[in-house]
Amino acid sequence: MASNKHTIVALVADRPGVLNRMASLFRRRGFNIDSIAVGHSETPHLSRMTIVAEGSDSQVEQIRKQVEKIIDVIRVQDISGLDIVSRELALIKVKASAETRSEIMQIVDIFRAKIVDVSTDSVMVEATGDEEKLSSLYNLLKPFGIKEMTRTGRIAMARGGQVARREEAAE
Amino acid sequence: MKLTGAQILCESLLKEGVDVVFGYPGGQVLPLYHTLTQYPQLRHILVRHEQGAVHAADAYARVTGRVGVCFATSGPGATNLITGLANAYMDSIPMVAVTGQVPRAMIGRDAFQESDITGITIPITKHNYLVMDVADLAKTVKEAFYIASTGRPGPVLIDLPRDIQQECAEFHFPARVNLPGYKPTLGGNPLQIKKAVKLLGEAKKPVIIAGHGVRISRAYKELKFLAETLQIPVLTTLLGISGFPESNPLSFGMIGMHGLAPANMAITNSDLVVAIGMRFDDRATGKISSFAPHAKVIHIDIDPAEIGKNVAVDVPIVGDVKTVLVELNKEIGPVRHDEWLTQLSDWKKQYPSGIDIRESETILPQYVIRKIWEATKGNATVVTGVGQHQMFAALHYYYDKPNSYITSGGLGTMGFELPAAFGAQVGLPDETIWCIAGDGSIQMTIQELGTIRQENSPVKIAILNNGFLGMVRQWQELFYQHNYSSTPLWCPDFIKIAEAYGIPAQNVTRKEDVGAAIKKAMETEGPYILNFVVEPEENVYPMVPPGAGIDQILHEPLKEAC
Ligand SMILES: Cc1ncc(C[n+]2csc(CCOP(=O)(O)OP(=O)(O)O)c2C)c(N)n1
Repeated sequence: MASNKHTIVALVADRPGVLNRMASLFRRRGFNIDSIAVGHSETPHLSRMTIVAEGSDSQVEQIRKQVEKIIDVIRVQDISGLDIVSRELALIKVKASAETRSEIMQIVDIFRAKIVDVSTDSVMVEATGDEEKLSSLYNLLKPFGIKEMTRTGRIAMARGGQVARREEAAE
Repeated sequence: MKLTGAQILCESLLKEGVDVVFGYPGGQVLPLYHTLTQYPQLRHILVRHEQGAVHAADAYARVTGRVGVCFATSGPGATNLITGLANAYMDSIPMVAVTGQVPRAMIGRDAFQESDITGITIPITKHNYLVMDVADLAKTVKEAFYIASTGRPGPVLIDLPRDIQQECAEFHFPARVNLPGYKPTLGGNPLQIKKAVKLLGEAKKPVIIAGHGVRISRAYKELKFLAETLQIPVLTTLLGISGFPESNPLSFGMIGMHGLAPANMAITNSDLVVAIGMRFDDRATGKISSFAPHAKVIHIDIDPAEIGKNVAVDVPIVGDVKTVLVELNKEIGPVRHDEWLTQLSDWKKQYPSGIDIRESETILPQYVIRKIWEATKGNATVVTGVGQHQMFAALHYYYDKPNSYITSGGLGTMGFELPAAFGAQVGLPDETIWCIAGDGSIQMTIQELGTIRQENSPVKIAILNNGFLGMVRQWQELFYQHNYSSTPLWCPDFIKIAEAYGIPAQNVTRKEDVGAAIKKAMETEGPYILNFVVEPEENVYPMVPPGAGIDQILHEPLKEAC
């Protein structure tokens, strides 16, 4: 039973408590959520959640079925096996002096990240990408001194025609 | 015409065909209780504790197949429902619980008697609602009943702030629900049914395990047809008892920890398990790795999440048990499994311990159960608490009448029996209800004698009084070197308690009086309590030790361990 990271996407009704229900279910079934990201979807009143969780295929299949039972969940899919695009956004505030600033900017450039704020002793870097990219960027910036960092957790979508949305769009 | 929230709730309940509600009032449901008197069609039964209301609604739902309804006030009233909601959730019981909540403006301020009951009950309800707009109320009730009673049934809670009960809105009861995220599958997948038919055709040693789903979906005829056409022995889970007549030659009884030896042996030796509306609870399967090691598994269940959850399945069929069995039955023709059935009958002769009652001068609990069966001729509904008496009632009464064994299976809730027996009697006013109680279990909800008296409910109550928390004592005896830590139980004089509640009662201390006492109870109108002083250290056998395979059966008391 190989344990690995799974990306689960769920389309859910925008109701109070949906996130709580989802989180509660993972907790109750003994699953660790690596990250959970929620935001609006293409349909009004529906949100899309991306959950990253670790477990064997059969464990994740069980949790997917349990999630499907939540009344406010309209659709849920484990997209790990599919060809997917996944992204995370990070904001990293790095210590920067006059001497180190240009070196930092070079690194930021290589990663196609952006500097979005500058102060006398720091810069704020905005970066998107998969987790590995953000982690390597972080590792390179670390020697300068990280003052603060925040990451969104993964959002993901299957490439091409595969669509994780409500089948019966019409109400 | 505009109605208040409380009226909208009552009207909606009437639309759902509700005629009885079990409940307990309080400050935050006062507008609702005030309104109830305008609706004499809604019979409200005042219990003595909210746990009583929820168990009564639970058993009412089990016996009638309708949605059980209970009311409670906010805070402590609502939290007193927790055990009963968890019980209903574990046993898949259709139920709608309505709780009062503090007015909207007070929510989140730790107002007097506020509790976040929707937050608390997320893991133990199928769904729940906090109504924040009176215009949503009718739709919410419609959805709640739909969710509670369809698919895999379960409890739904509606939390109703007090000001919503008082506010007015137009009453429109929706004709249909629209829940895009909730579409239970009823019919089985034809391809899977074909596969099942093929496996059924090939099997040499098949068994059927009938679970609660058979009873919930009332698939008695369909199960009987399947079993008889294919000549497959039928075993049941604890909650499957009374889903298949035990007098049928194909019936081989209950499986699991206290299951009968032939039933457990049959599973271990089978080459095909047809699991119908059951969820492979560990009390039924024993150690998973030695459960049905040689068998392919066909699993029929309405809840897709149950399939493959505990046991690997070869042919999954998601759907309502009755619908699936009707479809399956169309595809099958007569088969015989004479050799296999002979083998099971031989086991039955070899291991008679589960149903034989040993000779004894004293009153054995098994003997009491057997005598009740004789007196009722099986024509009663038996409701139990949790403990040895529950298992004795499962093993020593013979259930031919469909849906006649009512027990708390999944959660194993002590204190279930008295309110549940009452609730069952409300659902089946003309039938004989026997409440089989433990001396420990009954004391958890004994105040419901007050409800029984007030309603003059003719429940017959048999306390199997062994002076112990018997089932726990049995474990201590067998697995904890007789260390009876906190299991001897002082009991009140049950006859005086009964007297205080105005219920006729009788102690039974001699074996020769058992039959007459039962007869007396049945001939007396209204409720009756029998306190059977039984052999204190009698054990439930057979028993599979916890963690062992279900074929590792203890038939006799172990000799002193270590
Ligand atoms: C609410 C609750 N608390 C504790 C238990 C654990 N438990 C299971 S059986 C049992 C003993 C039951 O004793 P009694 O009701 O006297 O019945 P007996 O086993 O003697 O027939 C206990 C304490 C439980 N099932 N439910």
